[in-house]
Amino acid sequence: MRSAVVVFPGSNCDRDLAVALTKITGQTPAMVWHKDAELPDGLDLIALPGGFSYGDYLRSGAMSARSPVMRAVIEAANEGRAVLGVCNGFQVLTEAGLLPGALMRNSGLDFVCRDVALTVANSQTMFTSRYDSGETIRIPVAHHDGNYVADQAVLDRLEGEGRVVFRYAEPVNGSARGIAGIINDAGNVLGLMPHPERLIEDEQGGTDGRRMFEALAAALG
Amino acid sequence: MKARVTVTLKPGVLDPQGRAIQNALGGLGFSGVNGVRQGKVIELDLADGTPPEAIDDMAKKLLANMVIENYRVELT
Repeated sequence: MRSAVVVFPGSNCDRDLAVALTKITGQTPAMVWHKDAELPDGLDLIALPGGFSYGDYLRSGAMSARSPVMRAVIEAANEGRAVLGVCNGFQVLTEAGLLPGALMRNSGLDFVCRDVALTVANSQTMFTSRYDSGETIRIPVAHHDGNYVADQAVLDRLEGEGRVVFRYAEPVNGSARGIAGIINDAGNVLGLMPHPERLIEDEQGGTDGRRMFEALAAALG
Repeated sequence: MKARVTVTLKPGVLDPQGRAIQNALGGLGFSGVNGVRQGKVIELDLADGTPPEAIDDMAKKLLANMVIENYRVELT
């Protein structure tokens, strides 16, 4: 599986993602700078990392979503290549229009940084096939703007189409319908606020994040 | 020419920051504050003759997130 991690100014989980991808897929991802207008050829997966790109100026993810590399990411997503956005990466995907809705300031206004219980709401995706639907897992979150917002019609459609992939199993940030992660209608673009790349080995306190990368490796070779 | 773009949350979108401001005003002893909505103002210094459609385009493509926000443009 050939993968790339996009690095924006202010990304801070890019190396964590790269380590997770390298350890679990056996292949080192290409690190792609946000000013690059082109992605390497033959990518199977593009990962957008967590962090505070552009200092969250204007809105979280707003500036990054308009960076040169995102035109190539949008094109690749439309070609059906897998795209994973974690935390700030999820914010970038909504700002870029690859996923619906928006991520607003947490309802409690606090920066939330802790392990949270998540329910896997859909295990029939290339990202979650190694989990069981309805399973509860624990994954860390670290965000200020994770409060998912969309209009009722969009929320109903996401739920009706099984596109809510992860839900918070406890109060975290006020997200509509407890949404922690969603997928696009084609099933190749996933965004989630929790950080699976931070829990891939026992030394990190758990391995609940590992199966997402195992699922991708299985799906993408 | 200058333009001022005011970005506000759409009605119905909860505004946790506005609510915190409302609570803080109450804490300062101001009574009768029935609601607070926080937005932002962006001032653009533009080349003379910039068409209004171009400013609209800027607002839609970047300055506002049309999923949750509205905007209005004033030429100043």
